[in-house]
Amino acid sequence: MLRVEARSKLTGREVFIDDLPAEDIWWAGTVRSSLPRGRIRDIHFGSGIDWSSLIVVDHRDIPGPNEVQMIERDMPVLAADVVRHVHEPIVLLAHPSRRIVRQAVQAISVTIDPDEPMLDFRHPPTPQQIQYGSDNVFKKLKIEKGTVDEALAAAPIVVEGEYETGAQEHVYIEPQGMQAQVENDVLVVKGSMQCPYYIQHALMHALNRNEKQVRVIQTATGGGFGGKEDYPSIIALHAALLAIKGNRPVRLIYDRQEDMAATTKRHPALIRHRTGVDHHGRLLVQDIDVLLDGGAYVTLSPVVLSRSIIHAAGPYHCENVRIQGRVVLTNSVPFGAFRGFGAPQSQFANERQIDRIAHELNIDPVQIRKINLIKDGQTTATNQVINDGADRIQVLDRAIDLAEYHDRKKAHEVFNVQHPTLRRGIGVASFFHGAGFTGSGEVQLASQIHIHGRPDGILEVRSSNVEMGQGALTVFTQIVAERMAYDQDYIVIVAADTSVVPNSGPTVASRTSMIVGKLLEQACDDLSRQLNGESNTDGTALKDAIIRWHHIRPDQELIGKAQYNMPPDIHWNDLTYEGDAYSAFAWSTHIAEVEIDLRTFVIRVINFTAVQEIGKVLNETLARGQIQGGITQAIGWALLEQCHWNNGSMQNNNLSDYVIPTCPDVPPIAVEFLESPTPHGAQGAKGIGELPMNGPAPAILNAIAQATGADPRSIPLTPEQLMETLLT
Amino acid sequence: MTIAPENNMVDVSFTLNGKLVDVSVSATDRLLDTLRYDLRLAGTKEGCGEGECGACTVLLDGLPVNACLIFTFQVRNREVQTIESIDAHELEEFHSEGATQCGACSPGVVMTALWIRNHPSLLQTHQLSRLMAGNLCRCTGYDAIVKSLEASLSIQERN
Repeated sequence: MLRVEARSKLTGREVFIDDLPAEDIWWAGTVRSSLPRGRIRDIHFGSGIDWSSLIVVDHRDIPGPNEVQMIERDMPVLAADVVRHVHEPIVLLAHPSRRIVRQAVQAISVTIDPDEPMLDFRHPPTPQQIQYGSDNVFKKLKIEKGTVDEALAAAPIVVEGEYETGAQEHVYIEPQGMQAQVENDVLVVKGSMQCPYYIQHALMHALNRNEKQVRVIQTATGGGFGGKEDYPSIIALHAALLAIKGNRPVRLIYDRQEDMAATTKRHPALIRHRTGVDHHGRLLVQDIDVLLDGGAYVTLSPVVLSRSIIHAAGPYHCENVRIQGRVVLTNSVPFGAFRGFGAPQSQFANERQIDRIAHELNIDPVQIRKINLIKDGQTTATNQVINDGADRIQVLDRAIDLAEYHDRKKAHEVFNVQHPTLRRGIGVASFFHGAGFTGSGEVQLASQIHIHGRPDGILEVRSSNVEMGQGALTVFTQIVAERMAYDQDYIVIVAADTSVVPNSGPTVASRTSMIVGKLLEQACDDLSRQLNGESNTDGTALKDAIIRWHHIRPDQELIGKAQYNMPPDIHWNDLTYEGDAYSAFAWSTHIAEVEIDLRTFVIRVINFTAVQEIGKVLNETLARGQIQGGITQAIGWALLEQCHWNNGSMQNNNLSDYVIPTCPDVPPIAVEFLESPTPHGAQGAKGIGELPMNGPAPAILNAIAQATGADPRSIPLTPEQLMETLLT
Repeated sequence: MTIAPENNMVDVSFTLNGKLVDVSVSATDRLLDTLRYDLRLAGTKEGCGEGECGACTVLLDGLPVNACLIFTFQVRNREVQTIESIDAHELEEFHSEGATQCGACSPGVVMTALWIRNHPSLLQTHQLSRLMAGNLCRCTGYDAIVKSLEASLSIQERN
C-alpha cells in the first residue's frame, strides 16, 4: 500500500499549523532569559511601542500552578523569579502584526542578577552550583547481574574506555508551532505534535481546566524525531495563556533560529567501560557507567536514562554486568527526547568498545561479535531471556555477505598502501532496540483505541497516535484492511483530536505500528464479534453488514474497542531493574565504508549496509524509508552535527552553521529485512523507527579507526577533531 | 540598491502560476510571506528563513530560488511558479517510491526535481545529487527522492 497522504504532501496541499488561514490571527513572541542562571530583578518595557495594543502575559497570568506537567513539575511555564537556562521564557506577547511583535520582543529588557551556573556535566558541582536535591542528580539507576567485581578481578584481560557523544538538534523541517483560541469556554489548541494527550494534561494542570474545557488537535506534523514529544506542551501553554488573556486566536510559530536555540536536543553523554574478556574475545564481565547531561529541568531525562542503560551492554550475552547511570542538572537548555532515546549514546560506546577489544586481542571485529551475540535462551543485561526465534548471528552474517565485507576490507588494505593521501576502511556495529515503553510503562499507559463502523459503512479509526512522516496513517489503514478484509478506500484514520479520539498513548518509542497496531487488530476483532450475526446470515459484504447493523439499531454506535493489557509472559521489576524490559527487540547489524582524505581530514561515508530483523515488514517502502532516514540522521550525528555551546546555549542555531546531511553527503544505503514475527506486534511486527539511529555512529568510527589507525572515541568526529586525533 | 523603509508600500505586478497578480506590499516583504499570507498560497513552506533548507523553493523565470531570500518587489514583471501549479498526476513516481515522509520539505523538493526533469541536459554536467543539494530532507535519507526522480526521468525519456 502506498502512503495514503503522499499526494497532498507532494503537492503542498497538506495543512500544517502555519498554513491555516491567518486573517484574524494574533501573532505571538517570547521574551527569554539571556543568562544561564540568576534572579530576575527587573523587566523593562522600552519606548517606541504602544504596549496597550499588545497582549502581554507573564507568570502572574497563569490560572493554575506555574508548572509544566511532565514526569515532574519542576519546570515553570514562565520564569517567575529565577532563571535556570539561557532562552528560558519569561514574558509572552501577541499582536495582529508579526512585525510589531518582533519589535516588541526586542524592546523588552530583562535585568537578571547572575548566579554561578553549572555548565559542564562531566564535573561534580560546587556547593554553589547545587540546584536539584543535594547533588544535582535528576535520576540514578543501576542494573546488576552476576558478580562484577570478582569477575573483573579474575578476568585475564580487562579493556577500559571512555566515550563521549554530543548534543544533536532534531531539525524537523517544519519548525514548532501552535495556535490557541477559546471557543464557548473550551480552549482549543492546534499544532504540530507527537503527543496530543501530553499537551492536554499540561494545559489542564497549569490552566486549572478540566478535560472537557481543553481540546487538543494535531495538525500535519512536519517531522518530530522526539523533538515534538515534550516541548510542544510548553508552546501550547504559551499560546493558550495569550489567547485566554486577550480572548483572541493566537498563533505562536518559532522561526528556525528560535527553534534551534530554545527547544530540546539529544542528551550529551559520557560513558565509561571496563570489560573483562578471555583470549578468544568472550565477554566475561561488563562494567559500564553512563552519565547524561540533563540540562536545566527534568523533562524526560529519567526515562531516557532508563533506555540508555538497558541498551548499554549491547545485544550480547554476558554473565556479569553492572551498568550505573546518572542524569544530572546543568544550566543548559533542557535536553529531551530524540529518536533512540539514550540508546544511541550507550550503544555507540559499547560498539566502539567491542571493536577496541578486538583490536587489542588481534581478532576480527566480526568474529568477536559472533562469539558474543545473544543466542535464543540467553539473557540481556536485565536478565531478560531472549527466546524470539530471531537469529542475531544470521543478521550479522547476512550484512557481512551483502556488504562483501571481507573482500572490501582486503581491497581497502591494498588501496591504503598504494594511495598517497586517501585511506579507506570498513566498520561493523551490531545493536538492538526495544520497542514500546520500558518495563511496566505500557501497563501504566493503558492505551485505548477505537474503530467505528459508521452508518455509511466506513470504518473509522480513532487513535491519538499521529502521522509525522513515519507512515502511521498508512500502516493503520493497512492493518485494518487486512484484519477486516476490507477495501482501503472505506477506511479512514481521523485526525488526533482529544475530543474525538481515546488516549492510545504518545507517538513515541517505536510503539505505534507494533503496540498500538496490535491493539487496533484487537479492536477490529471486537468489531467483528459485534457484527457476527449480521455478516454471516446471508453472506453479504462487510459494508452491507455495517449499514444493516445501524439500520436495526438507529440510535446506537458500532465501536470496536481495545485496551492494552500486559501479556502474561512479560515480567518486569522496576525496583531491581530486572526482567523483560521490552516485549520485543529488533536486531540489526550495520556496515559502513569510509574514505578519509589525509590532506583535509574530510570523512566521506562511501557505502552503507543495513540488515535488520524486525519481526514482520508491514510496508517495505515505509520501512526502508525509516531505516534510510534514520541512518542519514545518525551519519549527521556521527560526523557533521556539532552544537557549539556558550553558557549552556547553542551558538550555531541556524542551518548555515549547524550542518545536517544533504543529498550528496549520503552514500548508497543497502537495506535488507529479516522476519521473525513477535506475538506482541501487529502481524508480528516490531517497532523500527528508532532502531537505525543506534548503529551508524559506531560503524563509521570503527571504519575510521581501521582506515587510519586512529582511536576516535567521541562524536561528532569532524575533520578538525580527526586531525587532532591523528596528529596528537 | 537602497532599501526603502519597511513601512513604505510598493505595488508589484507579476505572473503567478500563469496568471497576472497585483499586490501592495511593504518594500521589505519577502516573496515567501507575500505568497503565503497575502496570496494565501501556503504550499510553499518556510523551513529556515535563510536560504539553507530549500523548503520555500519556487521557480522564478523558470529557475529555482529560495522565496525567503527574494523581496517581493524583486519579482515585479517576472514569472513565479509555485507548488500550487503542480498536479499530483505529474508526481506518480514520487508517490510510489516513497519520496515524501513528513511532507514539510516536499513542495521545495518537488519544485527542484521538476526543474531538473524539465532540463535533463543539466545531468550531462552535474550529478543529480548535487543538483538536489539545496533541498534538505530530514526524513528520507534522500535515496527515495533520487530514485523517484531517476524513474521519472527515464519514463520521460522513453516517451
